[in-house]
Amino acid sequence: MENQTAMKPSKTFGVLAQFANPADVSHAAEKVRDRGFKRWDVYSPFPIHGIERSMGIGDSKLGWIAFFMATAGAFGGFGLQYWITSFAYPLLIGGKPLNSFPAYVPVTFEPGILFTGFGCIFGMLILNGLPRWYHALFKSQNFKKVTDNGFFISIEAKDPKFNLEDTQRFLESIGGRNIEVLED
Amino acid sequence: MEFLRDDDPRLRPVLVETGDFHEVTNIISSPTEGKWNLTWAILLVFSLSLLSLMAAMFGYLFWEGTGVWGLNMPVAWGWAIVNFVWWIGIGHAGTLISAILFLFRQKWRTAINRFSEAMTIFAVMCAGVFPAFHVGRVWVVYFIFPLPNQMGAWPNPRSPLFWDVFAISTYFTISLLFWYMGLIPDLATLRDRSTTKVRQFVYGLLSLGWRGAARHWQNYERAYLILAAISTPLVLSVHSIVSFDFATSRVPGWHTTIFPPYFVAGAVFSGFALVANLLIIAREVFGLKKVVRLHHIENMNKFMLLTGSLVGYAYAMELFIAWYSGSIYERYAFWNRALGEFWWAYFIMISCNVLTPQLFWFRKIRRSLLMTFILCIFINIGMWFERFVIVITLHADFLPSSWGYYRPSWVDIATYVGTFGLFGTFFLLFMKYLPQLAIAEVKGVMPESSSHHHGQGHSDHSESRH
Repeated sequence: MENQTAMKPSKTFGVLAQFANPADVSHAAEKVRDRGFKRWDVYSPFPIHGIERSMGIGDSKLGWIAFFMATAGAFGGFGLQYWITSFAYPLLIGGKPLNSFPAYVPVTFEPGILFTGFGCIFGMLILNGLPRWYHALFKSQNFKKVTDNGFFISIEAKDPKFNLEDTQRFLESIGGRNIEVLED
Repeated sequence: MEFLRDDDPRLRPVLVETGDFHEVTNIISSPTEGKWNLTWAILLVFSLSLLSLMAAMFGYLFWEGTGVWGLNMPVAWGWAIVNFVWWIGIGHAGTLISAILFLFRQKWRTAINRFSEAMTIFAVMCAGVFPAFHVGRVWVVYFIFPLPNQMGAWPNPRSPLFWDVFAISTYFTISLLFWYMGLIPDLATLRDRSTTKVRQFVYGLLSLGWRGAARHWQNYERAYLILAAISTPLVLSVHSIVSFDFATSRVPGWHTTIFPPYFVAGAVFSGFALVANLLIIAREVFGLKKVVRLHHIENMNKFMLLTGSLVGYAYAMELFIAWYSGSIYERYAFWNRALGEFWWAYFIMISCNVLTPQLFWFRKIRRSLLMTFILCIFINIGMWFERFVIVITLHADFLPSSWGYYRPSWVDIATYVGTFGLFGTFFLLFMKYLPQLAIAEVKGVMPESSSHHHGQGHSDHSESRH
């Protein structure tokens, strides 16, 4: 695998710029958004309040996944109990109906919760394209600060508006420092 | 709903005693990076020896059968169920802190949530071993799950023991996932600070390639919110279902509708006490004074005052209803609890659970680490005796001819002591190898994290290579 990548001509991933604090990176994000860039992102050690408005990105889709999983879990839990008591192992007690559904509430609720939890964490990972242990950004030594006190914006080369010279100048003009060009 | 703005100076001195993100990273990461601390190593060896004691006791039980415990026929549920309920209850404060306080936007929780979530997971593990071995033939313990088997038999979904299996396993799984998800950004911090290949590899692997992108944080925060929202009813349901194990039976003293809320309040009460104990130790040993402040301890003590008073109210209400019911069996059960052969257990329960937390009305005591530590130990003892008092009610039920006394065997005692080894071993490993506080969340409650805050940016531009 290694020599395969070595044979390929190196491709530019994009440009990375560092900003001083959450406020600066938010203002810069507004300007990147207004320039019409699409393939870019803000990187920070913690979620910055209101950054999605500054970036102009829509709401997370995760709620739908969680809702679907919750429904599936609850129906699955109820169905399991219904099937056990009515078909697989019917126990007739005191002439009461086999489908004694009031007793099924706890095990309808718990699998609903369990599946919602699976939907949340695995859905979050899938939507984020994680786990992904290789990324061009990790080539930057400076980017290690992103989990400490560094705030960054990267604009990717795949963006139709990307131009190596112009984009670097643009990031500098909106307050970016330590500008780096990263290879993929 | 915010009454104070994020960058209001009145918030700042309360939560984090520094305005520098890098310092926060350092304070929380450095305990995982230094050499072995001698106190820590001694505690680990001690915990490991208790853990081997537990393993030996379960090995003995596995070989001989459940007869090695002090169970007898009126008291078919002895220490095993007492310990099970006690450990599960300990765990509940963790979920309360991580989920319910999150939904109520209680920012002070960031200093203690990682810690208490870890406590939850290890406490549920300690709890789980008791019913697993109590079934007797532990090698067929999988019968508790609805799995196809050669006998074509299925567990009974109308039984609270079946509900219990689902409640506990869901609780454990969700707590573990919630904890791990919270750890991902902090594991990435440790990855980026690592100086050795091994650390870089292990933390790199576990952090799943997290790079702090805003689009990722957005999904992450949504997942966190939903997990908190589902954990809140989950934690209430778990101890309610644990209480159904008692309340759905026709035993006087157990068959009451007050059990679910009373169990939940007691669980939170004892859980907060153990979080406070562990936190005070860690604060002193690992130097977390700037992020774990007296304010946090005081808030926890207020919770204990509230839940302790609720528990006291429940005891009083139980006695009242026993009298009001007019049932001689019900009246006798409570008379016997308070004044019968096990009066001393009832006395310990009342004095530790009802009287002890009342001292937290005094601000001086709430803010004293030593007093908090001592009172919390009393609370945990009291809560253990509460479950003992409930379980032991069995010793004198409907037929006086079957009445008997209950004594734990030495195996009961050694097994219970051994579970502290299980808990301690995992907890010490957690304290040494994982960030004890949620780094990203602590930064998020600092006023400097606001996108409106100007001036105090601490990003280091002097190293500019441009």
